[in-house]
Amino acid sequence: MGYTIKGATGDWEIVVGLEVHAQVMSSSKLFSGASTRYGGAPNSQVSTVDAGMPGMLPVVNERCIEQAVRTGLGLKAQINRLSVFERKNYFYPDLPQGYQISQYEHPIVGKGVLVIDMPDGSTREIGITRLHLEQDAGKSVHDQRDDETLIDLNRSGVALMEIVSEPDIRTPDEAVLYMRKLRSILRYLGTCDGNMEEGSLRCDANVSVRRVGDTAFGTRCEIKNVNSMRFVARAIEYEARRQVELLENGEKVVQETRLFDSARGETRSMRGKEEAHDYRYFPDPDLLPLELEEHFIERIRADLPELPDEKKARFIEAYGLSAYDAGVLVAERATAAYFEEVASSSDAKLAANWVVNELFGLLAKAGVGIEESPVSAANLAALIRLIGDGTISGRIAKDVFAIMFETGEAPAKIVEERGLKQVTDSSSIEPIVDQLIADNPGQVETWRKNPKVSGWFVGQVMKATGGKANPGMVNEVVARKLAALG
Amino acid sequence: MTSDLTRLTLKAARDGLARKDFSAGELTRAHLAAMEKARGLNAFITETPEKALSMAEAADRRLADGAGGLLEGLPVAIKDLFCTEGVATTAASHILDGFVPPYESTVTRKLWEQGAVCLGKTNLDEFAMGSANITSHHGPVKSPWTQPGDTADLVPGGSSGGSAAAVAARVALAATGTDTGGSIRQPASFCGIAGIKPTYGRCSRWGTVAFASSLDQAGAFARTVEDCALFLQAMAGHDPKDSTSADLAVPDWSGRLSGRVKGLRIGLPKEYRVEGMPSEIERLWQQGADWLKAEGAEVVEISLPHTKYALPTYYIIAPAEASSNLARYDGMRFGLRVEGKNLAETYMKTRGLGFGDEVRRRILIGTYVLSAGYYDAYYLKAQKVRRRIAEDFTAAFKEVDAILTPTAPSAAFRIGEKMDDPVAMYLNDVFTVPSSLAGLPGMSVPAGLSADGLPLGLQVIGRAWDEQTVLDVSRAIEDAAGFATLPYGLEA
Repeated sequence: MGYTIKGATGDWEIVVGLEVHAQVMSSSKLFSGASTRYGGAPNSQVSTVDAGMPGMLPVVNERCIEQAVRTGLGLKAQINRLSVFERKNYFYPDLPQGYQISQYEHPIVGKGVLVIDMPDGSTREIGITRLHLEQDAGKSVHDQRDDETLIDLNRSGVALMEIVSEPDIRTPDEAVLYMRKLRSILRYLGTCDGNMEEGSLRCDANVSVRRVGDTAFGTRCEIKNVNSMRFVARAIEYEARRQVELLENGEKVVQETRLFDSARGETRSMRGKEEAHDYRYFPDPDLLPLELEEHFIERIRADLPELPDEKKARFIEAYGLSAYDAGVLVAERATAAYFEEVASSSDAKLAANWVVNELFGLLAKAGVGIEESPVSAANLAALIRLIGDGTISGRIAKDVFAIMFETGEAPAKIVEERGLKQVTDSSSIEPIVDQLIADNPGQVETWRKNPKVSGWFVGQVMKATGGKANPGMVNEVVARKLAALG
Repeated sequence: MTSDLTRLTLKAARDGLARKDFSAGELTRAHLAAMEKARGLNAFITETPEKALSMAEAADRRLADGAGGLLEGLPVAIKDLFCTEGVATTAASHILDGFVPPYESTVTRKLWEQGAVCLGKTNLDEFAMGSANITSHHGPVKSPWTQPGDTADLVPGGSSGGSAAAVAARVALAATGTDTGGSIRQPASFCGIAGIKPTYGRCSRWGTVAFASSLDQAGAFARTVEDCALFLQAMAGHDPKDSTSADLAVPDWSGRLSGRVKGLRIGLPKEYRVEGMPSEIERLWQQGADWLKAEGAEVVEISLPHTKYALPTYYIIAPAEASSNLARYDGMRFGLRVEGKNLAETYMKTRGLGFGDEVRRRILIGTYVLSAGYYDAYYLKAQKVRRRIAEDFTAAFKEVDAILTPTAPSAAFRIGEKMDDPVAMYLNDVFTVPSSLAGLPGMSVPAGLSADGLPLGLQVIGRAWDEQTVLDVSRAIEDAAGFATLPYGLEA
């Protein structure tokens, strides 16, 4: 990519690894039966286990294990048949047990890989270090009362997957592409809804810089809770520049946790809250080591959907799409399915064009997802067929499409009712051309010097017919009539 | 009449109820009267006389219908470490002030389902940490025993001192205990009653305040081996809410109890002949072996080579787990809260005032051994030694069917002794801790009296899940010993 930061003393490269916390899609929590629904009244979804009441014990939720394994398989990662839940000990009011149950030395998923799609159509592999399961903490609410902090334990005990990447990312944009791709895979797998606003997908970025050509890593800082795609790139960019500035001034980067302030677009030290914790990890004696049977893993593997990378390859191969179009179409499972439905009864390349260039624009403007698209896949296919068989022109098709988007009506009906059929009868075009030639001797003279001016006549005909005339036909008639002038 | 009913065994009381010799109401009232009379022992933190009477009434109705569970109408006491719905549960700690659980522990729920009658919640060492029941926020428990000719108060042992004292003082027919490193067996020995800690995983830990999760195990106190078998049968069983609970059926231990030891091989671990052990304990141990031999058992010397590491191992693992288990007592959601100027100070004040010295000592030890830089040298090493200790037992049980040892290295001592010397106190558990680390069933059965006239117990250790052999060997010792001495205040 060649992304570098130009410093006064030379060029710097950035090195980024991401730790993503993805909330497991599961109706109940990792170790209790309480609901995980978003938006419940504070403390309405808390069991005695989540509240850390005396004598309460965790029992692992098999659904969450299954989801972690499914995600691991989706990341082409090693599934560890034996993993261990450990306790991460620290005091905080939103951590009722005084420890978080997490996986430390023995995570459920080991090394894997994630392929990111570069804008130029090429791909790049980012290594996955591990994926482990852990409980979320509750939420401290500092802004509702002046002198008190309130605690909401609804999230306490909700299952999270922490997905850690290798420090393979070299540009802020790659970090965004990584996040997008990971989100896409998680959504395909149905293991995380990927909703960043609701906090079901959160990202911490480990950022360091080094001089171009150096092989050793610099000292890194961890930027916490970068909670939107937009901020991922901005936070990394800011942090990398900050580090370069420090190093060029002869100062050192202090390994620390920093918080991204999205309002100011900068990162700042979190020292104080996060000071030198010793988490005293040890295996949770309330839980047995987690042993997975081979057939449990195989059953999940057999049930995996076609994932974005495979789907993209198939779209390129089977439909002849460009890598870019294919990449865009497979990002969301619903989009890919929509496209395939359109392509099943119309020209695939045109289908891709219409979905990517026309439909996406209108959907974005209307702020709705493809599931709510007013234009059904069948109707879009019908529209493409109307163009193909010459019933309407490409230009008219765009107008028809806009009406379809507004009304949800079938294209044939719109074309019929509004009289938008293409005029392909030369006898109705000829008098218009004759009239134009008669009315515009000046243009005819210009044409004699510059034959390209025939296009002016074509444009006038299209205008006169409200765009309904078949452009090929118009070309042919204009050329013939002008030629006849001698 | 009243005193007669409290002198019955659990089994005899059960038979009496079945024969309608007396009602559950009468039986309960007799025990409530005894509880009131014995109040000076400080064996109970919370007495529940009203609950007892209404449970007895319900039991009488079921008995009249010819229905009723295994323990229908039998008054028992519950160590105040088991959460009881609607009844204050303190773990003998200031920090749980005002805590009334909205749930019932699995063990007590099972007891109530079998018709048992709850007399109250018994005193214990704070969070079950202690061997003399002197660390309770609610004051020490006095043993119902005193030395003949002496009035000095003695400890009942610990941590389940209140339960042991209540059963020994004929206040309850049986009582629950928990045993992490000897907290049932040692007080049983000190109080002249029977006490069994089953295999780790036999009783659910759900709803029992945790001390050290990998060691904590509920068990039973009663005055006979048979009563222990009956009571434990009602407490035990798989619980899906406890991942470490074993999915095994509970055998009919009391029904199968034979006391036959003919043909069994009994091991005497040579490493248990510890230096400085009183000769009377050594003699009693030999006596126990002779009794079993006389009944047809073969007694052999065995070796458990890692025994000497058991106590230090235990005092790393148990405090490590405790330091984490007790983190939830932070003043935020229940129990004591002492406000400070800021969050850190609130934590410090709440936990500083809420926990007693021994609990704080163990939290400090546990935090230390889990700390970065010390973890490998202490905690990880202790886990490895723990495995060696368990392997010692596995090897031994290839040669023998049960192991016989003294329960404790001494008889009960005076309240106030060993208070300033935690290590001397910890040595009380030297014979009970190894089998706890290995998760094995162990039972203490009264076998004789010390020269000072105080009860001494012998411990029988069995294979995992083989409580039956433990009970049978214990029963054989019980029969041979014929221990019938009552605490001296109760003789009349």
